[in-house]
Amino acid sequence: MNIIVCIKQIIDPEMPPAKFKVDSQAKKVIPPESIPLKVSPFDAQAVEAALRIKEKQSATITALTVGQATASEAIKHVLSMGVDEGIILSDAAFEGSDVFGTAYILSQAIRKIGNYHLILCGRQAADWDMGVVGSALAEYLGIPVVTLARKVEASGANLRVERVIPDGHEVAEVALPVVVTVSSELGQPRLPSGKGIIMAARKKVPIWSAKDIECDLSRVGAGAARSDLTALFIPTQKRRGEMVSGENAADAAAKLVLRLREEKAI
Amino acid sequence: MADYRGVLVLAEMRDQATAPITRELLGAGRRLAQDIGEGLSALLLGSGLGAATKEAIASGADKVYVVDSTAFASYNSDGYLTVVTKVCQEIRPAILLMGQTSIGRDLAPLVAARLGASLSTDCVDLKIEPATKKLVQTRPVYGGNALAVVVSKAYPQIATVRARAMKPAEPDASRQGEVIAIDVGSLETRVRIVDVVKMETGQVKLEEAKVVVAGGAGISEAKDFDLVKELAAVLGGAVGATRLPCEDGLVPWGFQIGQTGKIVAPDLYIAVAISGAPQHMAGCSGSKCIVAVNKDPQANIFKVADFGIVADYKQALPVMIKKCQEIKTSH
Repeated sequence: MNIIVCIKQIIDPEMPPAKFKVDSQAKKVIPPESIPLKVSPFDAQAVEAALRIKEKQSATITALTVGQATASEAIKHVLSMGVDEGIILSDAAFEGSDVFGTAYILSQAIRKIGNYHLILCGRQAADWDMGVVGSALAEYLGIPVVTLARKVEASGANLRVERVIPDGHEVAEVALPVVVTVSSELGQPRLPSGKGIIMAARKKVPIWSAKDIECDLSRVGAGAARSDLTALFIPTQKRRGEMVSGENAADAAAKLVLRLREEKAI
Repeated sequence: MADYRGVLVLAEMRDQATAPITRELLGAGRRLAQDIGEGLSALLLGSGLGAATKEAIASGADKVYVVDSTAFASYNSDGYLTVVTKVCQEIRPAILLMGQTSIGRDLAPLVAARLGASLSTDCVDLKIEPATKKLVQTRPVYGGNALAVVVSKAYPQIATVRARAMKPAEPDASRQGEVIAIDVGSLETRVRIVDVVKMETGQVKLEEAKVVVAGGAGISEAKDFDLVKELAAVLGGAVGATRLPCEDGLVPWGFQIGQTGKIVAPDLYIAVAISGAPQHMAGCSGSKCIVAVNKDPQANIFKVADFGIVADYKQALPVMIKKCQEIKTSH
């Protein structure tokens, strides 16, 4: 089985909010210097889903990412988790692509790879939080998508997917090839192994350009984006922030309840 | 784009009744339609939709497109995608609104990709730019650390709307509207749903609870969640959690509140040992009153709460439970 996992390298979404800074003029997030970029957590879980399938049957896993030179670190990370091959899709023409442009770039790379059965993506990139690329990719490839998976199992030419719904899950069956987007409920991704890190260091990671994937340039880059970002800012808090203190935890707790009673909150 | 007109809302059903998000979408849709000076339509898919159709008109729809068929009794991607794209191609709405719900999350990206439309997901504010009549879409990004404002270049302008972000429509039974039945013919379904497993949480529906007491990463053992449950029980509320306790199996995933979990907006939200990460606050920021109990005075939760105490929950909660009991019994 040939599995492709699409990953994105992002600013650590779990950094302390105090370190999060925005350049409102440039409408860009300022990457915090002391905190390294990482693979978007939902994408790492998509890698985990692929690796769990590979534990049960023979499979080759290829990771794809659209990005710049630093993206090689993201690819190396997933290679060290156990992914077999990695490819970086990078070209000046790709810069400023929106989710639809990105999905198109990935679809062209996947067409070039040709022989694929399962494509896994995170449910959304944990930076822009759109949740579009996996589904748009499926549309562009003309194959179905199952979103928000918490379990993915292959059985012959079919896939069995448990997808998260409010207050439970549903079980979907679908013929390959298919795109599946993975949600937090799948569980934690594994850490890189020592052997994996050594293997990953030796691995060559090819870079494919727009020309390599026969990209229609009218569909990528900032010019093809379907929306304009007109502002980016950190919202101000409108909460009261009233601290209730006491001689000790128990006293503070008692006073808190009284205060809430005064406010008719209880 | 002059040949795109009006606002279309995808109405959602839940348990054979109009879902709360539908009234919120119609409330927002009515306001936007008024601001562009055009009409509001609703698209309703399901089975047995008579009452829901009337309700959509009462809630502000001038036209309701209805697909009333057992084939649509539950959501399926391919069927909904076919119908929504067909209706959009026929009526060419300038704006299409869906909920940022299980259905909207799955469907909106597919519709946008198929139509070549623009899309903003999880919008918390929508308004019309007076000069251009374009839809100005505000959505949280970076897990809620920042807000982005976006204007579309491609039509229809599709937006999914976060639950509890928009004021619901006030139904007016005297309103008149046109009902248009759509014949969809036979549909291809590439994904088969073979089983649905509902998890009983044994408590009030989180989204409907007036009081929510939620536990966070500071709670390390399942038995310590009993204190959270006890406080919730005394206050007649429901129990929630951040992602980590769910991930660690202390409580079921159905308890997760946040950007990728449930969105709640109770009168009172008590955050116990919760750090206050934006990804979690996204799920509770609509609460009337947020109370924080955390032993770390630097925790972000105190910046986003109305009331807070710096205290270890193991010491604070038993006292809060006792005091709340006293208040309830004296009442």
